[in-house]
Amino acid sequence: MVKIVFREHDGTEHVVDAKEGASVMLAAVTNGVPGIDADCGGACSCATCHVYVKEEWLARLDEITPMEEAMLSLSSDRKDNSRLSCQIEVNESLDGLEVQTPEFQY
Amino acid sequence: MSDADTPQSGTRLKSASDPSKWSMVGKDPYQMPLEKIDLSHPGIWQANEYLPFLERLRHEDPVHYCAESAVGPYWSVLKYKDIMQVDTSPQLYSSEPTIGIVDQFSEFTLPMFIAMDPPKHDVQRRVVQPVVAPANLKILEKLIRERVCRILDGLPVGEEFDWVDSVSIELTTQMLATLFDFPFEDRHKLTYWSDVATAIPGAGVVESYEERWQAMQECLQTFTRLWNERVNQAPGNDLLSMLAQGEETRNMPPMEFLGNVLLLIVGGNDTTRNSISGGVLALNENPQEYAKLRNDRSVIPNMVSEIIRWQTPLAYMRRTALVDTELGGKQIKAGDKVVMWYISGNRDEEVIEHANEFIIDREKARQHLSFGFGIHRCMGNRLAEMQLRILWEEIMERFHLVEVVGEPQRVYSSFVKGFTRLPVKLHPH
Repeated sequence: MVKIVFREHDGTEHVVDAKEGASVMLAAVTNGVPGIDADCGGACSCATCHVYVKEEWLARLDEITPMEEAMLSLSSDRKDNSRLSCQIEVNESLDGLEVQTPEFQY
Repeated sequence: MSDADTPQSGTRLKSASDPSKWSMVGKDPYQMPLEKIDLSHPGIWQANEYLPFLERLRHEDPVHYCAESAVGPYWSVLKYKDIMQVDTSPQLYSSEPTIGIVDQFSEFTLPMFIAMDPPKHDVQRRVVQPVVAPANLKILEKLIRERVCRILDGLPVGEEFDWVDSVSIELTTQMLATLFDFPFEDRHKLTYWSDVATAIPGAGVVESYEERWQAMQECLQTFTRLWNERVNQAPGNDLLSMLAQGEETRNMPPMEFLGNVLLLIVGGNDTTRNSISGGVLALNENPQEYAKLRNDRSVIPNMVSEIIRWQTPLAYMRRTALVDTELGGKQIKAGDKVVMWYISGNRDEEVIEHANEFIIDREKARQHLSFGFGIHRCMGNRLAEMQLRILWEEIMERFHLVEVVGEPQRVYSSFVKGFTRLPVKLHPH
């Protein structure tokens, strides 16, 4: 199991044990972490699992695919550290990963 | 969206051929050759007979080719996963030149990003997106609630009236006026322009292209005047002020401005209107769900998503194949018309459990296809949900039952899935 920290917009913290091979989105949804909607179920096609990744972890993530980029680019709340959590696969090197959820998913 | 409504025009179809030749009304979908099934004709949609046609195709021919129809040959995509694949592959399936089933024949086309591919689509959408972002909607919630309350408090109690006219249309019109801070007494112009923008001359709204052009000019002039007023005013919370004062939007060319304004008007008009009516009907047809709602109003946000799935206010979106490709084992050729029937994917039992049941507290209610998925996903989805949520919160404050007391009448369209009449009677608590 890999530890992932979700921080809500208001600062509330949720620490969950995530399964390797699954997505960060799934770790949130299966553990009842609020602030992740994931309407499309992980198909990279709704952008409602948007998270801000704490800077020091960014380099350890896989590169953003053109499809993820297309979906992210349509969000008005996009920042440099924006990712779609359905596109981040949990692995050992991400133990302790910290992400923040935006105020709204849309 | 200018062209998308064309199939609802009876005139277009009637002038093209004898409508009875194409109508499927009264036919048993299981007693006809598969290849003859044609979903494009508005008949079965108005007659509310479409479901068994969708069901047979979903089970027997989920990527279905119809070689002959009033709108020419086209593919129908029936299953959730195939629809998802088309919707998320804009490099294979283009939104240009139109997202309606009828090929465009008007010379008057406004730039609207719903019928554009990347990169132009992305640039234009990004400009307008902030105006319907949740952070901005929160500011408008109080005003929208006040207007919802006023409409509901003015309704006759205990006597029959038309919910479509008195609530669904009135409410969406008022909400549009609220969102744009449009002169309230002129608000019906918004609905008129929305209808004109999607109208085919001769179908009842306008008689000629010239008349349509004139109406669009009036719309442009009105909005330009309002723009000029607002551009130098104190920052406003309405959509128009946001566009006029926004860094990235203040220098938009006039036609692009008009196109974007109309997309906001049209996109939020029929869709919300028909989901308002559809929710009342669905709860009447499923009294156990109405009882659930009375017992626990916290289910409303979830119910709103279920209503939008159940109604699917836009039955489809059309794409055009850019290259030869394969879908569900069928060979699609470049240039082929491909129609994603969201209404069918929303009933796909392989993805949605008990898909043919209306369940207001169902799990994963937001996974429905009604907003589409991918880069063209409905931009106003949170606005639509907010409007429906406020409406149902205020309905439940006042009424034990909004009772449907007569046959609903449906729109003659395979695209806009909606109601022209829904007779109801109100029963207060």
